[in-house]
Amino acid sequence: MQDLREGLINAFWLLATFDSDLVEITLRSLQVTITALMVASVIAMPLGTFLAIKRFRYRRLIVAVLNALMGLPPVVVGLIVYILLSRSGPFGVFGLLFSPTAMIIAQVIIMVPLIASITHQTIREIWSEYRDLMISLGASKVQRIQALLWDGRRPLLTASLAGFGRGIGEVGAIMIVGGNIDHATRVLTTAIALETGRGDFGLALGLGFILILLAIIVNFAIHMFAQTERQSLW
Amino acid sequence: MKTFLCAVVMVMIMTTSSSADQLRMAVTTSFHNSGLASILLPEIKKDIGLTIQLLVVGTGQAIKLGKAGDVDAILVHSKSAEQALVDSGYVLHRREIMFNDFVIVGPSSDPANVRKASTAVEAMQAIASAKSTFVSRGDDSGTHLKERDIWIGAGLDPVNFEHWYWSVGAGMGVALNTATAQGAYIFTDRASWLNFKNKADQILLFQGDPILFNQYAYLPVNPSKHPHVKANFSTNLENWLTSKRAEALINGYKINNEKLFFFNAKR
Repeated sequence: MQDLREGLINAFWLLATFDSDLVEITLRSLQVTITALMVASVIAMPLGTFLAIKRFRYRRLIVAVLNALMGLPPVVVGLIVYILLSRSGPFGVFGLLFSPTAMIIAQVIIMVPLIASITHQTIREIWSEYRDLMISLGASKVQRIQALLWDGRRPLLTASLAGFGRGIGEVGAIMIVGGNIDHATRVLTTAIALETGRGDFGLALGLGFILILLAIIVNFAIHMFAQTERQSLW
Repeated sequence: MKTFLCAVVMVMIMTTSSSADQLRMAVTTSFHNSGLASILLPEIKKDIGLTIQLLVVGTGQAIKLGKAGDVDAILVHSKSAEQALVDSGYVLHRREIMFNDFVIVGPSSDPANVRKASTAVEAMQAIASAKSTFVSRGDDSGTHLKERDIWIGAGLDPVNFEHWYWSVGAGMGVALNTATAQGAYIFTDRASWLNFKNKADQILLFQGDPILFNQYAYLPVNPSKHPHVKANFSTNLENWLTSKRAEALINGYKINNEKLFFFNAKR
């Protein structure tokens, strides 16, 4: 309990003094996860939509695998990305290991199945409602996809936020591929792991509270931009 | 909104890209947790303009990183593993820098009576015969290898130990936390212990046996095996680490008035 109170006090002081290390690792957390989220959304949303509206032979199998991969263990993803990016691995020549880029790659892999699965579920439901109407109106393929994505924007936003949540709090993969290097790849979650290792639970908890606060602020900001949850708009 | 987000991301990417002289070095958790790294790194930056990116891992992983060419140099403490690495040709040589020592920490009630032991082997035998909970790093780190050597020197093999022997497979800090939570005995380096903040009821119970000597050595990765490593930087760093300036800083580093590391590089 003592540690919890100390954690709250630490969080307050770190914020109040605008600690420069804190600002740095917080921005890096955001940079890694938001970049990964954008890349993952660009891959996963068309993939989910495609799986929802196109009928082909192994569709059911692919959807089942995608759903299963929502629970992909980050530490395994980290290890695989590590081996691929290591100097003695197949992509070693790029020298990407222990860089923010490596962390982004790992997080994209973690996020894609989650976002694609939710997108697939969402678009499938809308498509079953709109299908006959769209065909009778003679909408082109592009028009159909546009309409589906637009009308599914709220659930798709939820898909993105779920991806963000999975990424921002993740530590297993980015610890392995990023290496938790001070001023290079240290982010909030790896800093928390480090301070816990030093036995400084107060500081670790302080950073933890800041991480939670950050997640709340980002979610709130996205809702503001997207104008959801307003009285006049459902 | 999209353009705004894109702009934000672009700015973030640009602000984190860095230039300047950088060197990647894998170090052991015990070296980093001691706090010495945060003393030396700014001075190195000041003196030779080199920014060192530290990868804090166990000795086992540090050696692996050096072999794969993922780091430019390593600073570890396990002589036999280091010698094997030198023999394999993946590093240029092994240069001894400094030493500290290992200690045995445990609950102040000391159920196994480790306090009374006269040698480290005796202390470990006392723990084993009392079957008091003992937390082991279990991660092939230098500390773990040393601990295993002492068990074996005591005529015991950790493989045969029962459930009182906890192999946690983690860094020094995590293992110390586990020992504190369980009131268990643990084998640790002195620096990590002195710098550890979650001591609670744990105290230092055994120290001073020459067998507990802990030598740190610097091994630059061989550029003929991995042409991308920054050999000139790793040589600069080696020269600095063995200089008079480093000697003064290392010998002058104290926690609670206790000296943590002893410089012993040969010039």
